[in-house]
Amino acid sequence: MSRISRRIFLALALSLAGLAQAQLSIEITGAGANRIPVTIVDFPGDPTAARVVTATVRADLERSGLFKLVDNGTAAFDENAPVNHAEWKGKGADALAAGSIARSADGRMEARFRLYDTQKGVSLGGAAYVTNNSQLRAAGHRIADFIYEKLTGEKGVFSTRIAYVVKARGQFLLQIADSDGQNAATALSSTEPIISPVWSPDGGRLAYVSFEKKKPVIYVHTLASGQRHIVANFKGSNSAPAWSPDGRKLAVVLSKDGNSQIYSVNADGSGLQRITQSSGIDTEPRYSADGGTIYFTSDRGGSPQVYQVGASGGDAKRVTFEGSYNVSPRPAPDGKSLAFISRREGRFQLAVMDLASRQVQVVSDSNKDESPSFAPNSRMILIATEIGGRGVLSAVSSDGRIKQRLSVAAGDVREPAWGPYYQ
Amino acid sequence: MKKLLIPALLSALLAACSTTPLPEDGGAPVESRSGSGSGVAPVTAGGLDASGLPRELTDPKSKLSQRSIYFDLDKYEVKDEYKDLVAAHAKYLVANKGFKVLLQGNTDERGSREYNLSLGQKRAEAVKRSLTLLGVKDDQIESVSLGEEKPKDAGHDEAAWSQNRRADILYKAADGRGEF
Repeated sequence: MSRISRRIFLALALSLAGLAQAQLSIEITGAGANRIPVTIVDFPGDPTAARVVTATVRADLERSGLFKLVDNGTAAFDENAPVNHAEWKGKGADALAAGSIARSADGRMEARFRLYDTQKGVSLGGAAYVTNNSQLRAAGHRIADFIYEKLTGEKGVFSTRIAYVVKARGQFLLQIADSDGQNAATALSSTEPIISPVWSPDGGRLAYVSFEKKKPVIYVHTLASGQRHIVANFKGSNSAPAWSPDGRKLAVVLSKDGNSQIYSVNADGSGLQRITQSSGIDTEPRYSADGGTIYFTSDRGGSPQVYQVGASGGDAKRVTFEGSYNVSPRPAPDGKSLAFISRREGRFQLAVMDLASRQVQVVSDSNKDESPSFAPNSRMILIATEIGGRGVLSAVSSDGRIKQRLSVAAGDVREPAWGPYYQ
Repeated sequence: MKKLLIPALLSALLAACSTTPLPEDGGAPVESRSGSGSGVAPVTAGGLDASGLPRELTDPKSKLSQRSIYFDLDKYEVKDEYKDLVAAHAKYLVANKGFKVLLQGNTDERGSREYNLSLGQKRAEAVKRSLTLLGVKDDQIESVSLGEEKPKDAGHDEAAWSQNRRADILYKAADGRGEF
């Protein structure tokens, strides 16, 4: 609950700042092969509030590409009503969720629900979420996360947020939105470019590169308060920040000693240490999920390729070998795969390497892919790409089957970063 | 050079006026009667422009007003055709140690933004190396990269890209006024 209250505070803080909005719209362009048939019956109670919650749950499950919604007709009953399992099994639903919306004593809304396995005729559990009336969608995302986890065995990411940069009318807007593109709020607007946003592991801060001082400088920005401080503004360029998994350090790229090299620095800007030592370019560092390794891009072998080095330095190992341009490595949070951008016959495409077998699969069908970012459950990867000359975001499942596109009406969207789980 | 010639020419004419009668078609040198019609080409000797920099750095007639060095695709060496330009800037900076320059490297739009930032840095570093080899002090120069973020030409073809593979030289005077 405290998390939801914090969201409300954030939304308020951001909207009070009076900053511009640009709404993301989502289009689903591909779905999984074996989708779980599930029905969400209508919730009794305040009809408007109930509709917001059930519509959010249904849209989340549908968009994931892993569920097929079975029409509930006009069926409406709450989490305590008896369920005719055979009837719903007969309609093709393997699972069913029922619930209710009630106003709690303090005037907030309480969404209660229970999930059933109609095959086995058993309850899979339920929960109740209390929210402000304006945050009912957040309750819907929490319910969808519960259903997703019970039915797939993986944690859901519907309650997460994403960050991205919109370029519109000569302005650069660093925005934060819910994972479904709703509730977009501008955290920073600038007439100079903003690139490379990355979420702190606790989800409260973003590190990014801003060109507002006529050169790239790295900032850390606390979202709820809008406070920001400079983490690296050394002579030369300061770029490509990446948080260590414990949130205490950032790997950064500095050119203070000549070409771009990787360093680590404490989140307050102190304790600078050099990590790589090469005569060429070393950039785009990312910590592995266990924090022990940094993946990065280097041209030390003649062409840009992905390498791996210990988090405090040492000898680097080459990771990619196919092709002459493999950049922007992003290790999956589960440690099993590595996403990167690979140039093949002039197309820049999202590729995923299975780290155990080292097999590489191209998973996108676009050709100007950039800046991949894993969802915290490692299932989806958000990328920036271009459709019809416009910058859009695309979410692709790590097997390439499920695809969604996120765009804004009047501008380019780029530099996506998928935030961590709710904590 | 031109700036030095004009006062010299004027004083020669004034000297001429004092000793000999005016020619019949009038005394002042007239370069052109087209344009605004006054027939007078405005010249300002010395002085500062709007950004607080000496005119010789910004006057389009001065070589030092040329501030861009263009690079070939995937190349980071300063080409021979820009050696004179870099030498002119080096000479100015050696003679004016209070001045600083910001070298901004740029790339075309293709590929990773962060990798392009590093490629732009390589271009800025190449110009910096040329300047320091000609005697410019390290603390007069900062080389940075704008990567693909600030294209001079927003197009998506080779004509645009060739304009964007570039390093720019920005000046700042000792009093802090200037272009960065």
